[in-house]
Amino acid sequence: MSTAAATATAPVAANRHRVRPARMVATVVAWILAIGWAFPVYWMLNSSLLSNTALTSSTPHFLPLGGSLDNFAAIFRGGTFGPALGMSVAITLTTVVFCLLFAFAAALAISRFRFKGRTSFVLAVLFIQMLPAEGLFIAQYKLMSSLNLLNSVIGVSILYIAAVVPFTVWMLRGFVAGVPIELEEAAMVDGLSRTQAFFRITFPLLAPGLVASGVYAFLQAWNEFTVALVILQAQEYQTLPLWLRTFVQASATRETDWGQVMAASTLVAVPVIIFFLIVQGRLTSGLVAGSVKG
Amino acid sequence: MTAVSAPSAPQTTSDPPQRRRRFSPTPYLLLLPAIAVLLLALGYPLVWQFVTSMQKFGLAQQFGKPPEFIGLANYTRLFTDPQTWAVVARSIVFCLVNAAITVVIGVGVALLMNAVGTVTRLTLQIAMLLAWAMPVVASMTVWIWVFDWRRGIVNWGLTQLGLDFTNHNWLEQPLSFYFVATVIVVWMSVPFVAFSVFAGLTQISEEVMEAAALDGAGPRQRFFSIIVPMIRPVLMIVALLQVIWDLRVFTQIKMLQDAGAPIAETDLLGTYIYRLGVGSSDFAMASALSIFVLLLTVALSFFYVLHLMKEDQ
Repeated sequence: MSTAAATATAPVAANRHRVRPARMVATVVAWILAIGWAFPVYWMLNSSLLSNTALTSSTPHFLPLGGSLDNFAAIFRGGTFGPALGMSVAITLTTVVFCLLFAFAAALAISRFRFKGRTSFVLAVLFIQMLPAEGLFIAQYKLMSSLNLLNSVIGVSILYIAAVVPFTVWMLRGFVAGVPIELEEAAMVDGLSRTQAFFRITFPLLAPGLVASGVYAFLQAWNEFTVALVILQAQEYQTLPLWLRTFVQASATRETDWGQVMAASTLVAVPVIIFFLIVQGRLTSGLVAGSVKG
Repeated sequence: MTAVSAPSAPQTTSDPPQRRRRFSPTPYLLLLPAIAVLLLALGYPLVWQFVTSMQKFGLAQQFGKPPEFIGLANYTRLFTDPQTWAVVARSIVFCLVNAAITVVIGVGVALLMNAVGTVTRLTLQIAMLLAWAMPVVASMTVWIWVFDWRRGIVNWGLTQLGLDFTNHNWLEQPLSFYFVATVIVVWMSVPFVAFSVFAGLTQISEEVMEAAALDGAGPRQRFFSIIVPMIRPVLMIVALLQVIWDLRVFTQIKMLQDAGAPIAETDLLGTYIYRLGVGSSDFAMASALSIFVLLLTVALSFFYVLHLMKEDQ
């Protein structure tokens, strides 16, 4: 999930010289596309509110009329949601905290110091962030199995931190470099030590960058599926994505109550969607701030 | 887990100021935690995988027999197996088709955002953001329900249109399985392309477009002679990233298989490695194929990294 690309929301002055019919067609097509893209999300919410009788009737219900929260209640009663949520929260928090610490330190090193091996490190970071989990997960499974860390929060978190750190370093260094060193130096002239100058002057200016990176790490860890599938094979250690998968697996062999599956999906998705939409603006301004050339 | 850097990723100042000439341990200490975790979680597995790919690692080794070095024999076995080539070919075709469709639709959506009024544009952007924000696994369950053979809305809709799709199982046949997978992957990927290209479009000044219009350039000419050259850098990077990501689709294929598709005929690279390694514990073959995937990714990423480094200058 990219944070960087969503920068463009600035309206472009509509071209008023264009012939009307062309614009009409564009508007209609845009609405059709908007409906098409939003439909699956709507369908999830809609189905999650409908009873199994409504969902199995021969004509679909396009509005959740007569709907209820029974499916959600059933999910909570099921008793497997709580533990999965607990696992997801523990792993995500661990990942975000350590990822930010490690990446921030590394970003400082490469944007505030000039040292032997700096370019190699930056290059390595850029290549590592492109490595697919699918090309490493078997070896990571063997590693965690030999460390006795299969089915544990720590094992998965270590793998997640390593997966997220490279891009976070790259992102944060943009922000750190965006704060001119002259600000720090001016403070040092005024009698602060280098460390003091950094924490009083530069650090507060980096808050948007840390938020953006934290959100990135959160989304990655919360949604991750591949590594979790390999490392967390025991049912009682499932994260939310793995928990959701069990419903799909069950649907292959027996009659499924899709209302409950959609309620489960909604529980996993809605917090992420809300979070994503709220921080969208802040992410954007943070990224813009980070990209100002000094 | 995928790291994403849009073309508009933070750019930075040029080289860091040359502060100290003498050796200072501070930067190395600052790098230490990051390097340690990368070495443990990625470096060690990488080396293990490389070594294992040149060893005999079968059932006997599972029970404690030390593995023997057999050079490139695993690779020879892997690449003389028609099954491997079938998977590789399917992955490449799937990847190119998906990347192409995604980029074309993404550019189309970006042009639409640029052409319509504010209300319509915002609606389209919100719809795109919703699809973008959805966790992959949640999206998969919804799409599997949408294409469900018993009561899926797609079968109902097509039947209403006069085609008989009652109880049609979309996942049974490889071709229609890949059709469903393509619909889902494209739906998920278009927003990123659309927003990136739209960001590029907003950089094109109104004056240039108006001048071209006054000089008599039609819409088609304006598109190919002004818009395309100006958004070309964004377009190249976005297309490259799509190719790299679509080559490694795993979650989507795995979940569709879970929903009841025949596995052997629908495997792509990711799921095939999973089946070799986790399913049949054939770590040597799984490692050899993983190394192949990694090399392919690094080769493809080369241009992307080059671009990032250049932008950084």
